[in-house]
Amino acid sequence: MTLFKLTRIIRTSIYCIGIILLGCQRNADPNNTLTLATTTSTENSGLLDHILPDFEQNFDSKIEVIAVGTGQAIALGKSGNADVLLVHAPDLENTFVNQGYGTKRYQVMYNDFIIVGPKSDPASIRGIKDASRAMTKIYKQNAPWASRGDESGTHMKENYLWSQVNITPKSADNWYYSLGQGMGATLQFANETDSYTLTDRATYLMQADILPYLTIMVGGDHIRNNLDQNLYNLYSIIPINPNKHQYINHDLALQFTNWFTSTNTQTHIANFGKEKLGQPIFYTFVR
Amino acid sequence: MINDNNQLLYNINNLHQIYNGRTILNINHLSIYKQEILAIVGPNGAGKSTLLRILNFLEAAHNGQIYFDGESIEKTPSIHTIRKVAMMFQNPQLLNKSVRSNIEYGLKLRGKRSNELVLQETLKNVGLNQYAQNKVSSLSGGELQRVAIARTLILNTKALLLDEPTSNLDPYNTDLIEQLIRTHHKLHKSTIVLVTHNLHQARRLAHRCALLLDGNLIEISSTKDFFEKPNDKRVSEFIHGKIIY
Amino acid sequence: MPNSLTESISLILSLDKDLIDITLLTLRITLSSLTLSIIIGLPIGTLLGLSRHIPARGFIMAFLYTGMGLPPVVVGLVVFILLSRSGPMGHLEWLFSPNAMILAQTIIALPIIVGLTMASTGSTHPSLPQQVTSLGATKLQTAITILSESKYGLLAAIAATYGRIVAEVGAVLLVGGNIETKTRVLTTAIVLETRKGAFGFALGLGLILLTITFVANIILLRFGNWNNDQR
Repeated sequence: MTLFKLTRIIRTSIYCIGIILLGCQRNADPNNTLTLATTTSTENSGLLDHILPDFEQNFDSKIEVIAVGTGQAIALGKSGNADVLLVHAPDLENTFVNQGYGTKRYQVMYNDFIIVGPKSDPASIRGIKDASRAMTKIYKQNAPWASRGDESGTHMKENYLWSQVNITPKSADNWYYSLGQGMGATLQFANETDSYTLTDRATYLMQADILPYLTIMVGGDHIRNNLDQNLYNLYSIIPINPNKHQYINHDLALQFTNWFTSTNTQTHIANFGKEKLGQPIFYTFVR
Repeated sequence: MINDNNQLLYNINNLHQIYNGRTILNINHLSIYKQEILAIVGPNGAGKSTLLRILNFLEAAHNGQIYFDGESIEKTPSIHTIRKVAMMFQNPQLLNKSVRSNIEYGLKLRGKRSNELVLQETLKNVGLNQYAQNKVSSLSGGELQRVAIARTLILNTKALLLDEPTSNLDPYNTDLIEQLIRTHHKLHKSTIVLVTHNLHQARRLAHRCALLLDGNLIEISSTKDFFEKPNDKRVSEFIHGKIIY
Repeated sequence: MPNSLTESISLILSLDKDLIDITLLTLRITLSSLTLSIIIGLPIGTLLGLSRHIPARGFIMAFLYTGMGLPPVVVGLVVFILLSRSGPMGHLEWLFSPNAMILAQTIIALPIIVGLTMASTGSTHPSLPQQVTSLGATKLQTAITILSESKYGLLAAIAATYGRIVAEVGAVLLVGGNIETKTRVLTTAIVLETRKGAFGFALGLGLILLTITFVANIILLRFGNWNNDQR
């Protein structure tokens, strides 16, 4: 091997290592970075992009958002890969806090779920007030049903609604499609295949113009016309317990929680989407 | 005409081959007799290999009439006609298989089961009977050349075209291959067209010799006449190494 | 994490039904795509490799090399649009079915098979086709001989292609929909299970995926060697 080749190999190696190190680079000051694990529905709604810059400015910090299903967000919290959760599955959240993974559960906002389906409505459920009753008809007709199947808050809610009428759909059933995908993909699937599905109202309204074959079946055109209590969708913030893992940024998580529940932020949230959709996407508890 | 044709394997008139507007071959007339060994000599780039490819119907001539074995040859003759001719290329490419597989390759193409006796005989003739199962990648240059000529000879075609079969070989291998050609011709009486740069070889093997210069057939005559009293001055210049290209 | 590993290994050893079903579906879809792309791509690649004088050869090569690097999600997107109920092939009702996945993966695999076949048949000696013809080969026999002479390149091409489609997640997710027991394959299942925090199951799927590509490569290499040593 000539000296020239050797130097070239060394130089190339140095470049490669440099590139790898660049990829590994973490944020300069981890004390000022907050990792927020949340659900796809909040991320897709655009709410976070709308309100988070205010927090980042006021607290001179950076928020890294990881948008996954609620079950997945909770898994991230358990493994110490997030500082704070913004999720919507009350049962899972309570277990999570009781097991000591989270310090406390703060209810911060809500909206509602609806059932959408093909305009032809093969199971004749349009206008039924009670979601579980509508789903029973779907089950009896073997009408196609698209399930998130990803252990998200929406999926939990769906499972809960089935359990209310003692139905356990199996993924092998030819009418039941367990997708393991986000809300947007599931709605698109339903649109393409004339399936029914459970969705949060916000995501559906945001995408309604690209879902021409779907329409609202259960839940009405506004949250005030949704008469099924079971369809309410409650979002909570849970700071992760810093005693369970190293490197949890608990102080910033608490500041984030306080900021999120402040009157100012809550007003922002309640107004978000009004202009575009004619109704808010999320409702808050502060008047 | 017909009587005359009975003696001829090839009867070629007004043969032109043109690549990219450049004339490679320009032969008014060429007859090749059955059972003869014809040596074609000439400097590099004279068109010898092109002529062989046309004789093997691997490429069609730009224009000209070719009669082969009593048949007028169209642009692409049938596989049946092509199989009456076999050529050993200047740089033979063997298949990445055993010596034996390479030698019986042409027979297999013809759907013939190779006669074990003939095969053993051929292997022995080329001195490779011990290496029959070896991959050709393990052979020396001379051995490769012997496999290449063996796979061509075993087909026993009416016409056998050999493009510099001994170029780059040592005297031992050269002699061995010349022996093979001679024996084959004695046994099978096939027509052999031999392109060579080795004038001694042409003299040793051929019944007739031809000189090709710049695609033109300068002279074709019996080997004795060709070397001892050529008609064309250029032939004697060539055989005495005085034509410089 | 060590728990996940032991969990995944015990899942595999216990022949977990979900694992097996997903694996079988993956094999069915990827092997169908591979077979289809070989049936279509091998002749085209051989033809291109052997015709050194076709016009626009450079253009075709550039086109192919671009195709070899096609991002699977882009293929998925295009196939999705084609098969969507408002798209030109919507009447087939293939979207979210194994057929759609096979179509997408065949599109991903085809340029790789064609390109690598073209490269390996084209890298044989330029006069080999003529030499083989001179020994009496028909056009078909010539093509078969050239293919056999380039078999190492071809086997490598097939192995590379298979490795690419079996590991591909973007296109199958888009057009298959990751429907459990219907269109869920190893890669899409890994994405989902990882997100759900089911690391053990995800890791088990990952180990199976690795094993499949490993075995595929072993088979192809053995096949090549066996041909090589044939006596």
